[in-house]
Amino acid sequence: MLRRILALATKEFLAILKDPRSRAVVIVPPIIQTLVFGYAATFDLNHVAYAVYDADRSAISRELVERFRGSPVFLENKMIAAAGDIAPTVDRREALLVVRLDPGFERNILAGRSGQVQLIIDGRNSNTALIVLNYAREVINGFAMSRQPDQTLPGQPVVRAWFNPNLESRWFIVPGIIGILTLLVTMMVTALSVAREREQGTFDQLLVTPLRPLDILLGKSLPGLAIGFVEATVMVLIVTLWFGVPLRGSPWTLYIGLAAFLSSAIGIGLMISSLSVTMQQGLLGAFLFMVPAILLSGFATPVANMPEWMQTLTLTNPLRYFMVILRGVFVEGASLRVLWPQIWPMLLIGSLTLVAAGRLFRRRLY
Amino acid sequence: MSDNRRVRGLVRKEFLQILRDPSSIAIAFLMPVFLLLLFGYGLSLDAEHVPLAVVVEKPSAETARFTGMLQQSRYFSPKDFASMRDAELALRTHEVDGIVHLRASFAADLKAQRESGIQVIVNGVDANTARMVQGYLGSVWALWLEQRLQATGQAPVVSIDHRIWYNTAVSSRNYLVPGLIAVIMTLIGALLTALVMAREWERGTMEALMVTPVSMREVLLGKLIPYFVLGMGGMVLSVAMALWLFHVPLRGSAVVLFASAAIFLLAALGMGLAISITARNQFVAGLAAIITTFLPAFMLSGFIFDIASAPVAVQAVTYLVAARYFIAIIQTIFLAGNIWPVILPNAAALLAMAGVFLGIVVARSRKRLD
Repeated sequence: MLRRILALATKEFLAILKDPRSRAVVIVPPIIQTLVFGYAATFDLNHVAYAVYDADRSAISRELVERFRGSPVFLENKMIAAAGDIAPTVDRREALLVVRLDPGFERNILAGRSGQVQLIIDGRNSNTALIVLNYAREVINGFAMSRQPDQTLPGQPVVRAWFNPNLESRWFIVPGIIGILTLLVTMMVTALSVAREREQGTFDQLLVTPLRPLDILLGKSLPGLAIGFVEATVMVLIVTLWFGVPLRGSPWTLYIGLAAFLSSAIGIGLMISSLSVTMQQGLLGAFLFMVPAILLSGFATPVANMPEWMQTLTLTNPLRYFMVILRGVFVEGASLRVLWPQIWPMLLIGSLTLVAAGRLFRRRLY
Repeated sequence: MSDNRRVRGLVRKEFLQILRDPSSIAIAFLMPVFLLLLFGYGLSLDAEHVPLAVVVEKPSAETARFTGMLQQSRYFSPKDFASMRDAELALRTHEVDGIVHLRASFAADLKAQRESGIQVIVNGVDANTARMVQGYLGSVWALWLEQRLQATGQAPVVSIDHRIWYNTAVSSRNYLVPGLIAVIMTLIGALLTALVMAREWERGTMEALMVTPVSMREVLLGKLIPYFVLGMGGMVLSVAMALWLFHVPLRGSAVVLFASAAIFLLAALGMGLAISITARNQFVAGLAAIITTFLPAFMLSGFIFDIASAPVAVQAVTYLVAARYFIAIIQTIFLAGNIWPVILPNAAALLAMAGVFLGIVVARSRKRLD
């Protein structure tokens, strides 16, 4: 029996890997994408283009402008000469931020009143806008403190961040990419495996062999499992060695989580595959599952920001759990015991969908 | 002209095929509605009611004023903890996202003008949310400080007045929904076409088409026209949902929006056809379509992650992503208006991409059996 399963698994491997083009699309893109997305997917801002409209032209206003120039986040774009040029500069996206200082800035400060600073921010991307606002506030607070060395700003919050002291969003995003790409590869390998045979008519032949549905299930699962493990391992190496994200927890915990995740991804893939009659349907089904699974996993936008009903809906999404495991093991050094609540739901999803797939093999749905 | 008749015949055949295999209809109409509904509600970067642990070691009027302001802020739902130990445990178990710690000496320090920071600890794993929390706390503190200074008749050195243009409510939905339309249309454009050419090759019907007097150009037109019509239909649905369901303002003109969407769709369909013709195999075509469309449109287009912050080499890669140009256009038309200096260069880039992809398609689709 084991021999039969292995024979089927070998055949599955050959179906995926014998064609050089199909081999290339399974192996190369995840590695390239880990690298490219690892650099691109970040919420941290640097070289923010900003412009200054300094109508005060005083020593103190220049001092404030100098502070922006000295900040590593801001990259000066231009000085605006007339107030009428502010709107076009922002409209054309030449600057994300315009710092506007009207006449009287210096006079007010010297007289003990507040100097007025106006910050005009391009809100087309509201997240970026808020981050820019925070950075700009920090610069201006620094300026305010330097003007009154004798007086402290009472109670100014001193913030410490656990696990990620410099608040690098890369540490959050890059481990998540492992989850996304592992899901992609596993789904592609499994979602088409039954559909391909259905379309080519060879699945009926498979059904009349001595292989039982369980054997077929195992034979069809093995390639996804193997390819998923290998790709994930390569990506873990890239994330730790290339991007320098700390792997604080135990690799064993990570791999137990990965195994649970792969079981659920394979189960869903095989279920979609046995529901579809043509490869196009298999591909579409995989796609219709994968796109929401990725976008609603908490990868880029937190699950906690979703409406209640949708948070409940995401409980059926295995990637949601795997994201918590990835970040927990990498950044927080979480243990298996802490992560167990994330692991069992994936195992449950995996076993339910695998059973369903096995039952669906015999049935042809037209 | 017989040429036109042939194309019409092919278009009719393609439409019939679309109607009979409902999956294409599903891609064009159900997918945008389903995805936009799901993501329009599900994607948000606006952290509200962030659970926050508040540890006040020695309650006083000063601390009460500060915690009262936290209570009022819609960004936080503060919970009182008796000790730092309990609060730290709650932070570790993700019960709260941050701790605000007011030490016993808080009021005394304030009175004596000594440095007395409000201690804040955030869970830094989700750095973006942590930074948002930090920013919101900063605003609460600034407000508290302002009121306090006003009471004593002092003025702060600088008062900041910030204006966030185009999106005064600072709602992330206003930019995520237009961006989603671009991501969804990328998917649909590529998926619709990526599979059809590969399917003709695999089923051998391409050979049947070759022995007819139909030219390759006509075959391509016959493929392009029906899927273009379907894609534009999906676009209309998506824009309608953005306007009336998600209440995203449309400040530019609808004509400009749909004109640029048409150019973008040509590029997306052209890309799908190019993949499909190069792959000639549904597995490879489908995988290549997913790899080159969805994830790049999601990560490399400025949809959610700011492109300008990426290293130069990665920024160069983003110039190959059609969604990048369309997202710049669609966010601007929706939120800012018809700003030609943004729209024209991006539309030109899309036109060039459409030309390149369709050129590849024409060049590679000789009537030949290799």
